[in-house]
Order: sequence, then structure tokens, then C-alpha cells
Amino acid sequence: MTSTSQPPSLQTPPESGFGRFLRATEIDPRLLGMVGALVLICLAFELYSALVLGRPTMLLGAAQAEANGFLTPRNLWNLSVQTAYIGIMATGMVLVIITRNIDLSVGSIMGMVGMYMGLLQVEYLTPALGLGHPTIWIITVAFGIAMGALIGAFQGLMIAYLAIPSFIVTLGGLLVWRGAAFLVAGGKTIAPMDENFALIGGGSFGALGRTGSWIFGVIACVFVVLMFINGRKSRRTHGFALRPVWAETFVIGTICAVIIGATAVVNSYVWPIGNIQKYYAALGQDVPACAQKGGDIYSDVCVGFGHGFAYPVLILIAVALFMTILMTRTRFGKYVFAIGGNPEAAALSGINTRAMTVKIFTLMGGLAGIAAVIGAARQNSATNAMGNLDELYVIAAAVVGGTSLAGGVGTIYGAIIGALILTSLQTGMVLIGFGDGSYQRIVIGIALVLAVYLDILYRKRLK
Amino acid sequence: MVDRTGTPLVELRDISIAFGGIRAVDNVTVNLFPGEVVGLLGHNGAGKSTLIKCLSGAYQKDSGQILINGQEVEINNPRDARSQNIETIYQTLALADNLDAASNLFLGRELVGAMGFVDESAMEAETRKIMGRLNPNFRKFNVPVSALSGGQRQSVAIARAVYFNAKILIMDEPTAALGPHETQMVSELIQELKAQGLGIFLIEHDIHNVMKLCDRAVVMKNGQRVGTVNVDEVTDEDILGMIILGKKPPQAV
Repeated sequence: MTSTSQPPSLQTPPESGFGRFLRATEIDPRLLGMVGALVLICLAFELYSALVLGRPTMLLGAAQAEANGFLTPRNLWNLSVQTAYIGIMATGMVLVIITRNIDLSVGSIMGMVGMYMGLLQVEYLTPALGLGHPTIWIITVAFGIAMGALIGAFQGLMIAYLAIPSFIVTLGGLLVWRGAAFLVAGGKTIAPMDENFALIGGGSFGALGRTGSWIFGVIACVFVVLMFINGRKSRRTHGFALRPVWAETFVIGTICAVIIGATAVVNSYVWPIGNIQKYYAALGQDVPACAQKGGDIYSDVCVGFGHGFAYPVLILIAVALFMTILMTRTRFGKYVFAIGGNPEAAALSGINTRAMTVKIFTLMGGLAGIAAVIGAARQNSATNAMGNLDELYVIAAAVVGGTSLAGGVGTIYGAIIGALILTSLQTGMVLIGFGDGSYQRIVIGIALVLAVYLDILYRKRLK
Repeated sequence: MVDRTGTPLVELRDISIAFGGIRAVDNVTVNLFPGEVVGLLGHNGAGKSTLIKCLSGAYQKDSGQILINGQEVEINNPRDARSQNIETIYQTLALADNLDAASNLFLGRELVGAMGFVDESAMEAETRKIMGRLNPNFRKFNVPVSALSGGQRQSVAIARAVYFNAKILIMDEPTAALGPHETQMVSELIQELKAQGLGIFLIEHDIHNVMKLCDRAVVMKNGQRVGTVNVDEVTDEDILGMIILGKKPPQAV
């Protein structure tokens, strides 16, 4: 946790107990702020639905089957799936913004890549390999990521070597790739996608399941503990000050509690009754009573059909891990921060800043490719409107997550929390009946400006 | 006394560079021997920094030759310069303000572990070592350098140049932003590095520092070299005359 992107610890002379707590645990106060905002948003929606709309809430002990507020396993699970593709792109946008660039084209890249993936499957792979061939999804995914990366590289080359501002190149991209997405199939929707491919988008069958999720959660916790022990060892070898054991225990405990809590929540969202019936039908077995018409899926063997972590969420976690390691443990990440902090100094230090720009935009494009895979799989179709306006949500997620538009500052986990905040606002507004778009946009717009203002206030106080 | 009988450490021969028709450096020839401090003097815009940036790789010369230990070398970018053991302390310091001292010190040359991951702890440990030598009062290892004072920032920039066993050091007004105590520290460091056999190009405005620290002084005016003098053969008046009037004293070459 000695990441260079963290601000210096607050050192006001009369340090409060809370200040001491923050310093001992080395928790970024802004992380607390973001998490606090997220919790507040969730509670606000839950309260609105309970008090104003009079819906049963699990906070007051309503049964899971009846509750339909914000804080239900079903809604939180859906939230996690919807956050996934925005979060994946936001991790890349962090790098783009840290290096004082912007990418307005990611939504359009998603749309075009999605269309070409649909075309590839329907027109070429299925006729050549046969319906449902097990390699179709692999080829499609590889193609989608490669195509996104190529588009990103192309834009990056123009930004780095032709010195066209990234705002302009990607604004052009926003229009060009969206237009191209329409032309691919003359505006038609391509559907359905390959069966295996569609699983990547989540859904009852596109999730890890109950047992798998518990195993995953436990492994994740063990991993966290090992990471902290390793960090401690490394500090000790070099004779640096160690965090107090209580602080270390507290941080590990909190992270593990979040992991286990999240696992419990996604596991308690049971498959819809129809999917359980499908499952038994596929096995050729009798459907148990709990999944019969009128049965209680929260009883008996049916409870075992918890969704667990959806595949898009697992992909997000994998991407987040990869990007975090990239940004905090590799030279590449160091150079990204250095270029953002002082481009001239980075160049004078022998960093090839142009090549870095190309690599960063290639990475961003590749991540948009992954988002396109998830988006197309989730819709089980390719439409030319996919990803429309998503570039704005992605940028907003990165910025709400503490990435500074002035460059040089930003974290991967911040962007993901930012994506969670935005998606919560979006889905929460739908949930409480303001889903027609206008109110949703007003709220998200205000949240974005407010988040940046709070960040500016925080930085001022720091100085 | 500096021994100038052998091969010079650095020879800049007939270096020229122009920006949009203006000849910022016009056929300038300068050399530097091991253990020698050569001052580069002149008004703002005389071409000192531009000349030196051709050696540090920040600019590419239009014509002329650069010889290191008698061998002609091509320096097209800062990486080439570093691979020739040329280190530069820029006037602007060239620090990434958002990174801590260790990240700046190792920028572009990070220490990596077996897995190819940056070894932050090792870098910090090394930084503590060298800072302990250069500036024992330095404590702020875990904050971005934007939170450091001018002198502290300067010592990070100097540490970066010294740490990697430079043979040739370029210092562009290293004491411009420093207080008297820190200026004294830099002077002592220059003496120490000189004794170790490094060659140092020093761009300096303060004539007293030039008289005190330099063995020779090269004066530039309007992109051209006015002359080169041995500092102990001239007075500060002579040097000022060269800078202001472009007047070459009889001892100059």
C-alpha cells in the first residue's frame, strides 16, 4: 500500500483519534469518502422505496421473496453485472486521464466491435464450424479484444505521432466508429449470439454458482492475507516502519468481511423458478416441489441454486487485479504516473512518451473490446446502438473515483468504486420509478460535478 | 591542476543547432577533461542551455560532432546520453511532482525484482542511503516531491544524477533556487565529484561561484563562443567583459 498515487498523510499538529487511525491504517481518506457516498446512495434509495413507495424492506426484516427495494440480493447482483463493463473500461480510462488525455470513443468502439463480433459469428463461424461449436466463443472474444486494441492503437498513433489532441482524435472516433457500426449490417440487429458466448454476459447460467463462489471468496481472502504478510516482510527486510499489528488486522479484516459479505449476498440471490425447471429438465430429472409452480424457491434444495458471482463480475475482478498490478508494480505504471506528473521530465528521463501513449490507447481499446464482449453477450445480440453514451459514464466513473483531469493522479480501485456509484444512481433511479432517462441524467450530472468539487476542496485542504 | 594532456572526456566540435532560422548555437567547440569543471557563461539566450541539451539528448544537433573519450557518438535522445554515463541536472529539475523521491530518483531506471516487478522497497532503501550522504536532514521519503522545499527538490535531482555513477555531469544553474547553506552543500559536492574524476559542465550566472568552482570558463554570446579562459589566469572583470561586451582578453583561446 505504498502506492505513489496516494496523497501525503494529513499532518495537522493536533491530530485527532480519527487522523491517527487513518495514518496507522494508511487508508486514503478519499477512499472512505467514496465508500461513504456509495453507502449513502444505497441507503437513500432503500429508504425512499420503503418510506415513500411503501415497499417491504429487508432492513426491517421483510422476507427476501417479498422485498423489492434497493438492498435486495437480486438488485445488488444486477448492479454488480451492470457495473462490470463500465468498470472495466473505467480502469483503462484512469490511465488515459492520468496522462492528461481523454478517450471519447470507447462507447462507439464497443458498438462497432459488437457488430463485427455478431457478424463474425453469424456469417462466418457458425456456417464454417457448425452451430454451438465450442471454439466459436473463444475466437469471437479474441477477435473482439484484438479489434478494440487495434482501433485504440490507431487512435493512439495519431495522438502520439501526428500530435493531434486526444480530445479531437477520439471525438472523431466517437462519430466514425458509431457510423461504421450502423453500416456493418445496415442498422439491423444481429441475433442470437452463440450459446457459450452468451454465458459471458451473466444470467443464471453465466455465474459461478454457490459452491464455486464460496471457494472463490475464501481463496480471495487467503490471497489478501498473504499479500499483507508479504508486504510486511518486505518492509522489515529494508528496516522501514511497520504498520501497527492492530491496524494491519483491521484492514485485512475489513477487506475479508467485504469479500465474504459480497459472496453471501450474490449466493442468496436464487435462480428464477423457470431456470431451475430448465436445469432439471436438461438433466431429465423430476422438478422438486420448491421449484414447481407456486413453490417457494427460498426453501429446500432450491436455495442451493444461488447465482454466485456472475462471469462479467469475475472478468471485472481479473481486469482490476491486472490493472492494479500494472499501475503499482511495473515500470509501465510508473511511467504513466510520471508522464501525468511532468511529461517533459518523463521524456528527459529517457521514457519514450510517444510509445507510451500508443500503448495506453491500445490498452483502452482492448478493454473496450472486452466490454463489447460482455455487452453483446448480455444482450445476446449485436446492435449498433450498444455503448451509446457509455464513454461519458466511463469518464465520469474515473473522475468520481478520484482521477484528476489535471493528470498524474488516479487509482484503479477508485474508478471501480466510481463505476459502482454511477451504476447505483442509474439503476436506483429506475427502481424508484424515475427511469425514463431525464431525471436519471439530471441526478448523474449533478453527482459528477459535486464529486469533482469535493475532490478539489479536499486537495486544497491538503495543501 | 587538471591534466589536459590526454584525450578529453568530452569534445563538442563545431556544434550548430537552429530553431526556425535562428541559430541558437553557431559552430561552438568545447571540451572537458576528467576531474575538470568547465563553466558555461553568457546572457540569457546566449545558447548555453541549448548547447548542453545537445549533449544531454534533449535536443539533436543540426551539425557537428560529439566525442566521448575520443570516440564519436550519436546522441539522439536522453537514453543515449545516459548510456554514455552523461547525467544532467536541469534548471527546472525535471522532477515528476506527483511521485516520491525514490520514484523520481529511479525514473526510467527502476530497480526490478526477479518477476520484473518494480522493487519499491529496494528503491526506497537506496534512496535513503544516497540522501543520507547528500542531505542528511532529508526525511520526506514517502510524499510526492511537490511537498518538498526548493532545496530538498534540488537534492533529489542531484541524487538522481550522482547515484548512477555518472562520468560526465551537466549542471544547469544548480544553485539558482537555493539558500546560502544549500549552495554551500552543492559547492562541496562539486569539489568531491571533481576529486573523483568526473567531468562537470556547469552553467552558472553567479560570477563568484564561477571563480570559486570552475577550472575553465567558456563564454557564449548570441549562439557563438566568445572565448575560453583558465579561471585562475583572469579576473572576474575580464570574464564580465566577455559576457557583456563579447571582448576577448589576451589570455583567452
